[in-house]
Amino acid sequence: MAKAALMEGSNADLAARDLLKSLLSSGKVRGVMTLVETGPAGEVNYELVADVAALENATPLYPLMPANAGGLLSRLTVLEGFEEPVAAFLRPCELRAFVELGKLHQVNAENILLISATCGGVYPLRASLNGGLADGLPAYWEAVANGEAAEGLRPTCSACEHFVPFGADLVLAAVGSGGAGRLAVVARTPRGDEALEGLEGAAGEAEVETAGVKSLREKRGAARAELFETEPLPAPGLEGLVAFFGRCVGCRSCRSVCPICCCEICYFDAAATEPTPRTFDVHLKRKEGTRVPPDTLLFHLGRLTHMSASCVGCGMCADACPVYVPVATLFAKVGAETQALFEYVPGKDPEEEVPLQRFEEEELAEVGEERFGS
Amino acid sequence: MSEEFRPDILGIFCRWCSYSAADLAGVSRMKMPPTTKVVRVMCSSRADPVFALGALLIGADGVLVAGCAPGDCHYKTGNYQTRRRYALVEKIFDTLGLDNRRLKLVWIPASEGAKVKRVVTAMTESLQEAGPNPTRAEMFI
Repeated sequence: MAKAALMEGSNADLAARDLLKSLLSSGKVRGVMTLVETGPAGEVNYELVADVAALENATPLYPLMPANAGGLLSRLTVLEGFEEPVAAFLRPCELRAFVELGKLHQVNAENILLISATCGGVYPLRASLNGGLADGLPAYWEAVANGEAAEGLRPTCSACEHFVPFGADLVLAAVGSGGAGRLAVVARTPRGDEALEGLEGAAGEAEVETAGVKSLREKRGAARAELFETEPLPAPGLEGLVAFFGRCVGCRSCRSVCPICCCEICYFDAAATEPTPRTFDVHLKRKEGTRVPPDTLLFHLGRLTHMSASCVGCGMCADACPVYVPVATLFAKVGAETQALFEYVPGKDPEEEVPLQRFEEEELAEVGEERFGS
Repeated sequence: MSEEFRPDILGIFCRWCSYSAADLAGVSRMKMPPTTKVVRVMCSSRADPVFALGALLIGADGVLVAGCAPGDCHYKTGNYQTRRRYALVEKIFDTLGLDNRRLKLVWIPASEGAKVKRVVTAMTESLQEAGPNPTRAEMFI
């Protein structure tokens, strides 16, 4: 049991909003970064809010992710940290992205109170078109409160096993709260303790690991195994990849929304990789023809080698894809393998370096040995 | 077919060890299959896997990356980084069902011209067995 504040509220979203309001009005923070409803039909966006009245429209746990907030928070702080305390409400995968970005020196975490929640997952952005989500919200909140898996989520959300945040200062126990109208905000760090001090809501004790969390974790595990087998993932081999990425229009939206892809100039945007007549000359000496522009597969495979070890599986890439390539599922599957290779969980431990920035002298002995033949 | 097919291998060799070893193999007049075209780099860790993937995707039959043995890196730790990267790529190949015979990392110390011969011969034979890279026949790449 840890120190906690118990919030009234008919669902976790309202409780989260109340928490942010009281943090702001008590002067413990000068600003709040959260999802805010910006339109009448369920349009939501991240905002940095400094006025309690403006938090009326805050909806910290609205089940949509218009951007990975970990990436947004990194962009806000990469040059310098906040001068005054700011609370940021991040979903677990957003928090993990934020931690990964910290390891890549893209973050200044000073003066940030990190708040997260056990997460029921989000819907694909297109599910919200024309207010399409509004009717389903009560059922979503009921599922979250009971530790059930909501239907129709982002595929990577339905298969997410890391829906309990690592290391936030405050965690709202949304999953498995039982829907009794009292939601616990659990302090996990001294900074979190301090933030709860004297806040509205009876001071009490509570746990993040509810029975609902345990049952949801099992369901997610089963869904994950199924997703990696049954989604239209590429069949093994080159042909499978060609078919899978056949619709790719080369817009590179998947990369631009990826929180991990933070290089100022991406290798694939470098002038040296811009196709020239000579590129086609080289290709056509070896092949009968080549795609225009070329290197679609190189882009995706290259991205896998560069970032899959840090992929948090947030699913932004698939949501941003204009031609519905389920790229997040593929990246999550490959990421799970490459992360297992280095026994690494992205975003778990801020002190642990990313796999490609460190090494052990005694490891991977078979790599580099003469292993030819099949 | 295997008798006729001569695979096209891109070598990316470390300037301090493997490239010297290849040089040594040359001046020692060791005979090996003329399949491997070597690019010299200052360290095997300069060989971003993306370079290797790029070569494979435009039709190279294999890519052979060679560096100093662990512990012997001219820059102390470069080859440890290389080893992690290529372990990762190998895992990606396994997961996607791509042919791991086409991308190899080996350690070749500067004094071992004979190892260059052995490795190039072995890789050539294994690629003859694998056949031409299917990327040659695939226009959408």
